[in-house]
Amino acid sequence: MNKIKIILCKEWAEVFKHRMVLFTVVFLPLMMTALPLGILWGTGEVGSTDSLEGTIDSEMPEPLVAAMCPEGLSGADCFQVFMVSQFMMLFMLVPVAIPVTIAAYSIVGEKTTRSLEPLLATPITTLELLAGKCLAAVIPAVLATFGAFGLFALGSRLIVANPMLLTALLDARWLIAIFVVGPLLAIMAVTFSLMVSSRVSDPRVAEQVSMVIIVPVLGGFFGQMAGLFVLDRTLVTWVAVVMLALDLGLLFLAGRVFQRETILTRWK
Amino acid sequence: MIQTQQLTKRFKDVLAVDRLTLEVRPGEVFGFLGPNGAGKTTTVRMLTSLIGPTSGSAVVNGFRVGEQDTEIRRSVGILTETPGMYDNLSAERNLRIFGELYEVRNVAEQVAKYLKLLGLYERRFDPVAEFSKGMKQKLAIARALLHEPKLIFLDEPTAGLDPEASRLVRDFIAELKAEGRTIFMCTHNLDEADRLCDRIGVFKSHLLVVDTPAKLRASLFGRKVVFHLRSTDAKMIQTVSKLPFVRGARAVENKLVVTLDDPEANNPEIIRTLVKAGADVQFVGELRHSLEDVYFQLVKGA
Repeated sequence: MNKIKIILCKEWAEVFKHRMVLFTVVFLPLMMTALPLGILWGTGEVGSTDSLEGTIDSEMPEPLVAAMCPEGLSGADCFQVFMVSQFMMLFMLVPVAIPVTIAAYSIVGEKTTRSLEPLLATPITTLELLAGKCLAAVIPAVLATFGAFGLFALGSRLIVANPMLLTALLDARWLIAIFVVGPLLAIMAVTFSLMVSSRVSDPRVAEQVSMVIIVPVLGGFFGQMAGLFVLDRTLVTWVAVVMLALDLGLLFLAGRVFQRETILTRWK
Repeated sequence: MIQTQQLTKRFKDVLAVDRLTLEVRPGEVFGFLGPNGAGKTTTVRMLTSLIGPTSGSAVVNGFRVGEQDTEIRRSVGILTETPGMYDNLSAERNLRIFGELYEVRNVAEQVAKYLKLLGLYERRFDPVAEFSKGMKQKLAIARALLHEPKLIFLDEPTAGLDPEASRLVRDFIAELKAEGRTIFMCTHNLDEADRLCDRIGVFKSHLLVVDTPAKLRASLFGRKVVFHLRSTDAKMIQTVSKLPFVRGARAVENKLVVTLDDPEANNPEIIRTLVKAGADVQFVGELRHSLEDVYFQLVKGA
C-alpha cells in the first residue's frame, strides 16, 4: 500500500507539471458545470412565460415524459429537466477525458524519459505499480467529477426556486450516473489508455487515440437527443452493470499487457 | 555473489544469451565486454530479475532468479543504460522516491549523503531537466546506491560523458571497490575495464572467455619483454632463442623483443646470457598489448 502511495505522489508531482494536464483537470469540469447551469438559467427565463405548456405533453415521446417529467411539474419545468439532462450527458465526459490525459502523460512520459527500467528494478510489484498509475489518473477524475457535480447542485439550488424541479434535476438517475458510472468510466478510460500508451511513444498521440473512449458517451448524448432511447434510472443502472463488467475485463487485459518483460522489451 | 548455469534468453527467433555459465566473486569488479547487441543488457536484466530467463538458472546474492525476484531487486543496485530520471522533479525528490521504493529507513540522510559524495548537493532542489548529462549520470549512480547494495550492476557507466565526468565516475567506482562492494560492469570502454576490473568476460551471445586482463593478454599474445641494448647482432638473438623458456625472439633496431610465459622468473637469466654474449643492457620493459587488441582478437575470432 505504501508503494502505491509513493507512485501516486510521484505521478501527481510529475504529471501536474504539464499545463495540458492541469488545463484538462481544472477547465473541463468547470466548463461542463457552467453549461447545464447556463441552460438552466436560460430556459428558466423562457419557461417563466409558460409558452411551452402543453407542447411537452403532446410532442415529447411517452418514455421521455415519464423519465423527465414527474407528476406535479409544469411543461416548462419538464423542458428544463430535458435540456439539462442532455448537457448532463456531456458532463460524463469529465471522468473520461481527465484520466485519458493523465495516463497518456504518465505512461508515455515514462517511456520518453526511459525511467521505467530503474523503477521496475526496485522491489515494487507490477500490481503496485499498475495500481499506483491507475489511481493517479482515476482519483483526480473522480474528485473533479464529484466536485463539479457539487457545484452544479449548488448552482441549481440558487437558480431554481421550485423544490420539485430541483428534485427532478438531481434525481437518483444522475446520482447513480455521477457516483457509480462516473468512477467506472474513469477506470475504463485509464485502463484503455494504459493499453494504448503501451503501443505509442508520443503523449499527444496516446491522448488522441485514447480519446476514442469518449465515443460511447457522445453516442449517449446524441442517441437521447434523437429519441433513440431515454436515459432513465433503469437504463443508467444497466449501464453501470455493463460498465462494471467491461472494467473487470479491461483491468484483466491491462494486467496482461503491463508485464515487466513486455514493458522493457516492447515499450519503445 | 553471482552464479549462473546455462543461462539462456531467447526472444522469438533471436537468441540473445546462449548458455551463460559464470561466477562473479564477492568484492571483485567484473567487466562484461561485448559489441552492441551482444546480449549484455539482457544478461543484466536477467540477473536483476527484470526479465526471466528462457532456460538455465542463476543465483544472485544468494537468491534464485525467477523464484526470489523481489529479494534480488531489493538487494542489488542498478545503473541502467540511460539515467532515466524524472526530469520535471528535483534531484532530491528523484532520489527520495527511489529511496522510499527501496525501503531505505533513513531516506533523507542517505539522499543527502550521496548528493554530497557526488557533488550535487548544492543543486539538490533544481529540476533534473536542467542537469548536464554527466550530472544526470551521477544522480543515477546515487540512486543505485541509496539502499547500500553489496552488489551493483553498472551498464555503461561512463557512456557519453566528457573526460572529466568519466574520470569522476571511474574514481567513484574505484571507491566502491575499495569499500568491498561487488561490481558487475558492462562497458565498451576497454581502457576503463583495464583500469578497474579484476576480471573480464568477453561476451557475444555466449561467453567467449573470462580471466584477468593480464592473463587474457598473456594467453592470446604471450608476454613480450623488450631489452634495450647499445647494439644488437645475430649471435645475441641466436643465444637468447636457444634458452628453453623463450617462445620467440626478434630484433627491432637496437631492441630485442622476447616472448616469454613468465618474465618475472626468466628476465634475470636472459640478462645474464646477454651480458655474457657481450651486450650492454640499457633498459628492460614489458611490451603491453592493449585490452583493445585482446578484445578484437576474441570478438573477431567469434
